[in-house]
Amino acid sequence: MSLAALFFYLFAGVAVASAFMVIASRNPVHSVLFLILTFVNASGLFILIGAEYIAMLLIVVYVGAVAVLFLFVVMMLDVDFVELRQGFLQYLPVGALVGLVFFAELVLVVGSWTFGEGVTGAVAASSDVSNAVQIGRVLYTDYVYFFQAAGLVLLVAMIGAIVLTLRHKENVKRQSIPVQNARTKAMAIDVVKVPSGKGL
Amino acid sequence: MAIGLPHYLTVAAILFTLGTLGIFLNRKNVIVILMSVELILLAVNINLVAFSVFLGNITGQVFALFVLTVAAAEAAIGLAILVVFYRNRGSIAVEDINTMKG
Repeated sequence: MSLAALFFYLFAGVAVASAFMVIASRNPVHSVLFLILTFVNASGLFILIGAEYIAMLLIVVYVGAVAVLFLFVVMMLDVDFVELRQGFLQYLPVGALVGLVFFAELVLVVGSWTFGEGVTGAVAASSDVSNAVQIGRVLYTDYVYFFQAAGLVLLVAMIGAIVLTLRHKENVKRQSIPVQNARTKAMAIDVVKVPSGKGL
Repeated sequence: MAIGLPHYLTVAAILFTLGTLGIFLNRKNVIVILMSVELILLAVNINLVAFSVFLGNITGQVFALFVLTVAAAEAAIGLAILVVFYRNRGSIAVEDINTMKG
């Protein structure tokens, strides 16, 4: 067995096992950590296949941002997770049945699948430029509008998340720049003539 | 035996099945359901990248990039909705989320 095959089976095995632990783990914090492990191993698979850019993106976006977001939410919400686990065994038969049927269908599709006429499989990618350069050449020319739309999706997600979770509490003093700028000397200070020896 | 396209498709199929199974098994826990959706999108990405590499066409990887973008946005919005819901109701059990009678 070649080294590449060995690493493929290592990454694939760990990815599948940790994906199973994501759905089977009792503690959601463990689920998130196993999700991180799954993504790291999937990016290992991508590096093996030669898609380095997507692999790095997976590490940065998923492990760096999404998984940490999950971890924050799981730890921030004070939820009784034992109660949420109830019904796990109740749904196990129908879930296992659906999963088996689905997996059998996928295996049938993968097993009976061939390249069509005229499609040449396993074309050696041009190795004179790196994977990131290849993606960039296509992404910024043919797919530039889709690229902008992806940015717009992220902007909408960011604004949406902020708008959803922002709360305006009562009785909190806030800085109001227009009010501050509109202040004049007459509004701000009061000149009082104090007679000598009297006080105010 | 050299590692080919069927190997990657099999891994993606197993991950996809585990994701759907997770949605069925953890029907009360929205957080784990969201994580299962992430697993499903990861399986889709593996399929796209595997086909892209073995067909020698870079477009599949560009599409995987867009799927990744949408997945990140979906996770952010989903978790934000979850936090707001928990603030209002004090619970994230799926059975309590029936206000809209959908």
